[in-house]
Amino acid sequence: MRAPRRSLRRDRGVDPVPWWQKIFVAVVGLYFILPTLFVIPMSFSTASTFQFPPRGFSLKLYENFFTNQVWLTSLRNSVLVALLAALLATVAGTAAALGLHRLTGRMARFARTLLMVSIVTPAIVLAVAVYISFLKWHLVGTVTGYVLAHAAIGVPFVLVSVTSALGGFDPRLLRASASLGAPPFRTFLRVTMPLISRGILTGAIFAFVTSFDEVVIALFLRAPGFQTLPVQMYNSVTVEIDPTIAASSSLVVTAVTAVCLVLQFVGRRRKS
Amino acid sequence: MSATKFPTASPTASPAASATAPGPVAVPRRAGTQIRLTGVTKDYGLASPAVAGVSLTIEPGEFMTLLGPSGSGKTTTLNLIAGFETLTAGSIAFNGADVSRLPPHKRNLGMLFQNYALFPHLTVAQNVAYPLRERRLPKPEIARRVSEVLELVQLTGRDGTYPAQLSGGQQQRVALARAIVFDPSALLLDEPLGALDRNLRSTLQLEIRRIHREVGSTFVFVTHDQEEAMNLSDRIALFNDGRIEQVGTPEALYQTPETLFTARFLGDSTVFELPYGDGAGAAWEDEVWAVDPATVSARVVAGSRAALVVRPEDVRIAADRSAVPSGANAVSATIRDVEYMGAYRTAVLALGRGGVAGRARLDALESDLGAGQSVTAWWRVDRQRLVAA
Repeated sequence: MRAPRRSLRRDRGVDPVPWWQKIFVAVVGLYFILPTLFVIPMSFSTASTFQFPPRGFSLKLYENFFTNQVWLTSLRNSVLVALLAALLATVAGTAAALGLHRLTGRMARFARTLLMVSIVTPAIVLAVAVYISFLKWHLVGTVTGYVLAHAAIGVPFVLVSVTSALGGFDPRLLRASASLGAPPFRTFLRVTMPLISRGILTGAIFAFVTSFDEVVIALFLRAPGFQTLPVQMYNSVTVEIDPTIAASSSLVVTAVTAVCLVLQFVGRRRKS
Repeated sequence: MSATKFPTASPTASPAASATAPGPVAVPRRAGTQIRLTGVTKDYGLASPAVAGVSLTIEPGEFMTLLGPSGSGKTTTLNLIAGFETLTAGSIAFNGADVSRLPPHKRNLGMLFQNYALFPHLTVAQNVAYPLRERRLPKPEIARRVSEVLELVQLTGRDGTYPAQLSGGQQQRVALARAIVFDPSALLLDEPLGALDRNLRSTLQLEIRRIHREVGSTFVFVTHDQEEAMNLSDRIALFNDGRIEQVGTPEALYQTPETLFTARFLGDSTVFELPYGDGAGAAWEDEVWAVDPATVSARVVAGSRAALVVRPEDVRIAADRSAVPSGANAVSATIRDVEYMGAYRTAVLALGRGGVAGRARLDALESDLGAGQSVTAWWRVDRQRLVAA
């Protein structure tokens, strides 16, 4: 009943959004940003434990974060791992999406499902499997180990976003390009990639963020000499009860939000 | 003149050579490429092959149209020439060199698509420069050629425009410019006018003919529109069911069809299906018609099914048998309807006892004819044709 009426309303275009929908949207939005509304004020607190509402105002926690080598090193590790994992996942995921896009039939569906498996597998199962195999291959606690594991969980996001971008891509352009003398890889660089760049970029960001805040696998793979920011955050709460986590969380939220806003802005400008 | 305008660039020539080598200046118009198909077959593993043993030689500089109903194999044949599909059997040669296994980007063919297939993220100039950049021509050369070809298709000044900002006709002009700017061996056109409205279509038909004359290259044009094929082509290859039914000039196909399929596909005709012996007469219902051996197709096998076809402009209407000139073939007819076609009128006829559908073009003197009248239809013996059914 509701679906057709809604689409009718969208067709007319001039109808205002009904009040109950606005309230619904506001509640959902609030629900999503609520944690942030607690964490960011807390990061400016003067207290040395977790307290809400925060007492006083200071940049002490930020000072802790930026002067403590443990926090800074784990941040650097996280960025390094996330960048490399996102790069690997983007290349592999884009290649897979391009290949699967042209294929139909049972094998293609099977391959697609296989690539998506890591999204529905419980993180702890993945983590244990990764840990056991990486112990054997001596990859635990290495950048290579982190990158491989995180790239694997990033691939589905790239696959999905690139596949949806390819939905709007006219495959006849490939023939046009070939007829004009471009070999397949040149065609990819000059035609396919520019036209699906939004999808690739979206997938890459998802892969980056997925790796950046991945904690379960990272806990298994950590070594005294190498741990990522989420692991350090986990330690700071469970072992040290260190409110610096409020500052680091706020930094991460701000940085990610800024990246997304910039992308939105760039995307909109290119469209117009 | 056009020879110096579009210097010959072969795909195997080094970039520097193709950029500077002058065309054959002595020849007033550049000779195109000969395309020879030998036993070309494409089988997708369905009930019948999409293309079944097509052999056809397209001469240098010729405008060849592959005509046929949808599913007749004409587009698949074009895709095989372009290299987008691989041959199941047979071979394709350009100027005698086998290209059967050459990937499409090495065949040096221009191609025009029904949906234009312009790159939406590139401007008009960038689209047209695409094949030149792929061939690594120097920048000034690219700029010169792009502006020349845009002038040729009458799109000067639209360099910086994006395809989405252009009309369908303009987009197809850009696609045309892009397909000829790199001086391809031949231009393949896959129903390029199908998406355009009627007026624009005839304008672009003229345009394509003009450019074919100026560029002088081999054109292979695919269409299901017989009128378009008649207007444009030097020769037409009529496809039916994966095979070539008949090849010839538009006049030859219209005037001397070899099969019933050809007669029906090109223009209107009145068709009498009948058995044909090797005698001089053809019997149909109660009539026995005279047959001139010169009007019998070589494909008619004595004793098998044949069809006698007459074009509407050759069918005359008489009040009764006595008014039919001696020596002409006649049949009794009832006028079903008279259609007003603007310049002339057409009588829709029911012929003989079975009421076979027929058409006759009327001239001004026959204006008193109306629906329901019983008349006699007749035609000159040399205006009929006996074809294989």
